[in-house]
Amino acid sequence: MSKVLMKGNEAIAESAIRHGCLHYFGYPITPQTEIAEYMAKRMPQVGGLCLQAESEISAINMVLGAASTGERVMTSSSSPGISLKGEGISYIVGSDLPCLIVNVQRGSPGLGSIQPSQQDYYQATKALGHGDSQVIVLAPSSVQELADHTGLAFDLGDRYRTPVMLLADGALGQMMEPVELAPEGEFKPIDKPWATTGHKNQRKHNIVNSLYIQPDELERTVIERYQRYAEIEKNEVRYEEYLTDDADVILVAYGITSRICRTAVGLARKKGIKAGLFRPITLWPYPKKELAAAAEKASRLLVVELNMGQMVDDVKVAINCSKPVGFFGRTGGMMPTPEDVLKAIEKDGGAV
Amino acid sequence: MSQVVFERPHALCDVPLHYCPGCTHGIVHRLVAQAIDDLGIEGQTIGIAPVGCSVFAYNYFNCDMIEAAHGRAPAVATGVKRCLPDNIVFTYQGDGDLAAIGTAETVHVGARGENITIIFINNAIYGMTGGQMAPTTLLGQKTTTSPYGRKREIQGNPIRVCEMISTLDGTAYCERVAVDSVPHINAAKKAIKKAFQTQIDKKGLSLIEVISTCPTNWGMTPQEALEWVRTDMIPHYPLGVYKDITGEESK
Amino acid sequence: MIKSFLLAGFGGQGILFAGKQLAQCGMEKGFNVSWLPSYGPEMRGGTCNCSVNISDEEIGSPIVTSPNQLVVFNLPSFDKFEPALQPRGTMYVDSTLINKISWRDDISAYYVPATKLADDNDLAGGANVIMLGKIVAVTKLFTRDEFLDCMCSHIPASKAKLIENNKKAFDIGYSYK
Repeated sequence: MSKVLMKGNEAIAESAIRHGCLHYFGYPITPQTEIAEYMAKRMPQVGGLCLQAESEISAINMVLGAASTGERVMTSSSSPGISLKGEGISYIVGSDLPCLIVNVQRGSPGLGSIQPSQQDYYQATKALGHGDSQVIVLAPSSVQELADHTGLAFDLGDRYRTPVMLLADGALGQMMEPVELAPEGEFKPIDKPWATTGHKNQRKHNIVNSLYIQPDELERTVIERYQRYAEIEKNEVRYEEYLTDDADVILVAYGITSRICRTAVGLARKKGIKAGLFRPITLWPYPKKELAAAAEKASRLLVVELNMGQMVDDVKVAINCSKPVGFFGRTGGMMPTPEDVLKAIEKDGGAV
Repeated sequence: MSQVVFERPHALCDVPLHYCPGCTHGIVHRLVAQAIDDLGIEGQTIGIAPVGCSVFAYNYFNCDMIEAAHGRAPAVATGVKRCLPDNIVFTYQGDGDLAAIGTAETVHVGARGENITIIFINNAIYGMTGGQMAPTTLLGQKTTTSPYGRKREIQGNPIRVCEMISTLDGTAYCERVAVDSVPHINAAKKAIKKAFQTQIDKKGLSLIEVISTCPTNWGMTPQEALEWVRTDMIPHYPLGVYKDITGEESK
Repeated sequence: MIKSFLLAGFGGQGILFAGKQLAQCGMEKGFNVSWLPSYGPEMRGGTCNCSVNISDEEIGSPIVTSPNQLVVFNLPSFDKFEPALQPRGTMYVDSTLINKISWRDDISAYYVPATKLADDNDLAGGANVIMLGKIVAVTKLFTRDEFLDCMCSHIPASKAKLIENNKKAFDIGYSYK
């Protein structure tokens, strides 16, 4: 399989289809609309369905319905639209349904801007919906990873019966890079005995539900789900390190920002500053132990994000506040240059 | 020799219902289950329960069931039906669920002509939350959030769902029925069965609005409530077929 | 080696297309590449630009803010990006639309009247491909044949006239002195 040059948004869509997702429900919003457009063109060619819903709210509830039947299903949106999906995502978590939710983040709050942003970190990792709930959050940093993580998201979702979020941003969604896609026609569906597909008079009726009116019963289901979360935290942490072995200052960045930081690390090293980069790939589960280990020999850390510092606390908790943690970020859709990051590395002496 | 002449439909689970005395949800549940039995479709049916008094409907119907968020049942049903086009999918929704918070979802299944069946319970009040104003609350009707009676200039007008849904091109069959009397219940039974048949025949959206009672929150005895349906509800919400493209005359 | 391109002009001048051809050809020649468009309100009629990286190393930031290859098709883009061009960088200017020269002495600049050349040769809308010819000739990232083979292989054979026009336009730029 040779590489093709593809837009990030399109790579997500094509990869989803190749990983057995034949149902897409969405609503147009910049900068992710190419996903819906690509799906609208491709799905009829592969016997699938792309349905433009009347709202983000309807789209996520269509996802809930489709996921209930055991089919692989996805929706995508950008920041304001993800807020609208919050209710449905909580219901999907509470109903233990797998699905893929893509957030191609844009500047916020409110209507914000349409430029790249990472301002939905808290929302994605802490409170995507109401209640005790968590979703797996993957933060790809290239078009290749957008494609790979799309497949990974479906597999993880099926394995743990949980929604998975692919947290991208406007730059990743809009950019083109070479990508090697999974082969077509190799997807093998797994058995989902819980699915509501009609009992065919052969079994008791299945119920997909998130309501437990007796609090002790609800508590039991939440605790059971958190045991699964513990399994996810044990098995599914993903991260990448770049020149951290001898690093004096370790940049911590994910997604598109990690690439700017990678370049900045090179610039710093040219100037004799021993910089390194730690990139969380799963934002939940967060690579806490791994970051703590990487930080042991460093004298300080610098978090770089396209927001006002939403990941800083996770970094501090991961290293138990054992080292100073600085922060540099741009927000609202602004992007720092590698030179900006270099200046921050040079300037930053202490903690925020 | 004894002979069974009346029994619980198989599609209705053998569990006690939680509904208040005099509430007509039980009758409508039975009619839906009876239609599922009569058509022999229980094994291929997926029902969607709403948020409202009938939130526990997933425990009462013997077919596969999904519990949706408030107002979102038509969207959930769309997701199911598009994955399983040969199965039978129905939603069971109250007036707040269908005609207030879920209005967009309702209108758009009609516009798309989703081949699903909606059973819509209109009792002009929010029951589960304790008697608040519904989108179908009549002018002058007192509820806990319209304590001086619903006023046009403050709370606006009640929505007539069948009239609205029948304007949509994707609606195949739309009828308003009531369950206040034996003749009306018989008509409702026929309408509900026909709604499922419309779906089996892949004609598009079928919606049955059932004028129901809520004696508890109306502050009436069950008897008075049935009378109020006749004196106040039905005059504002006339019974009858609002749209029928199935090409089949009512027999 | 990294060639970091910033291509800028008005929407409709084929800026994004030209950038994509460079990235596509770079990929097929085995380089790491990235292409990132501006996708703001600009794409609905105003100015438009795109970043292209072609490198034999892994590409960090895909956003080109200080290019070493600057391609400009209108005056606002010239004014905005000329100061950002790296020292020893190269600038390509459509001199039909930009009546100005760069006073910087630490860069190379090529002035190609691409729009006029396109009009004179009955190649309306071909200024972008004419400029690609010049870029390939100067950077030597690709041979003429490598680039033309790549570009034309992505045009359906049914559009033979388009292939012919693109080749003609490319050669005008490639041989422009």
